Amino acid sequence: MNQKRLELIKSRLTDFEIEFSDINGTPAIITNPENIIIICSILKSEPDISFEMLLDVMGVDNFKKENRFEVVCSLYSLEFRDRIFIKISLDTKNPEMPSLTAIWKGANWFERETYDMLGIKFKGHPDLRRIYMPEEYEHYPLRKDFPLLGIPESLQLPKK
Amino acid sequence: MGLENKLNKDGFFTSKIDALIQWSRTNSLWPMPMGISCCAIEMMAAAAARFDIARFGSEVFRFSPRQSDIMIVAGTVTYKMSKVVRKIYDQMPDPKWVIAMGACTSSGGMYRTYSVVQGIDQFLPVDLYVAGCPPRPENLLNALIKIQEKIKKGEKAASKKI
Repeated sequence: MNQKRLELIKSRLTDFEIEFSDINGTPAIITNPENIIIICSILKSEPDISFEMLLDVMGVDNFKKENRFEVVCSLYSLEFRDRIFIKISLDTKNPEMPSLTAIWKGANWFERETYDMLGIKFKGHPDLRRIYMPEEYEHYPLRKDFPLLGIPESLQLPKK
Repeated sequence: MGLENKLNKDGFFTSKIDALIQWSRTNSLWPMPMGISCCAIEMMAAAAARFDIARFGSEVFRFSPRQSDIMIVAGTVTYKMSKVVRKIYDQMPDPKWVIAMGACTSSGGMYRTYSVVQGIDQFLPVDLYVAGCPPRPENLLNALIKIQEKIKKGEKAASKKI
């Protein structure tokens, strides 16, 4: 992304509590879940910013006491052909953020995956069910305190 | 098979009805292709012209469990999939046999992880394990021949032993 465009994006987001950083040449917005819906809708719908495509939503477990979880969104602008990341740090005990499905419909399954693997809840998601693991499963496998081979007896096999 | 010579002599021969049934079962094992992941590609290769599973009477891959005799479980079985595999197995009519094809199916293979069943013998009676990742088609054919030998000898299927 060129510097001019980055400055433009920065100038549009001055009202919010955000930081900018750089990940291998791609700019990243670091923020908290409070104003995320407004920030995202600005990024998507302002015609001279225009990040109309949501490439991915990932969850991260940093395994620390404060702000343990993080959600990383990867955006792409088809018009300007560049990307930006949004990193949203979340609470340790109750990781929760508003769903982005209202802005990008494609967030639906990404958020379900993040919920399934890390237990991050997305408020306002139309269908927040597990996507990989069985629906009655009680654990979150990609959390750092989850054992590699799973928790014994937590998944039932058919009887022999 | 030497039957013609016997028949030419007297016009008849004696045998046990069991032997006749075993003989017919041996040469028409219809497989249920449980192709879950990449082993299924080798299973298809075994069915295609180069390796030609038809030479052993097993060319009729049935996608209905009710018409098949032998289930070839070819691929990684996850806990979520295990219920499906078992349900299909339960629908097969007796006598039935199971081949666990490949490392994943036999032991979890390289997927030593929470979501993969570490060997389908935890929920299915397995007759034969085929090594390889994935096994060559010859290896699958070899498994088939081994099962045919078992049937010829009158050995019980693993499903009957428990």
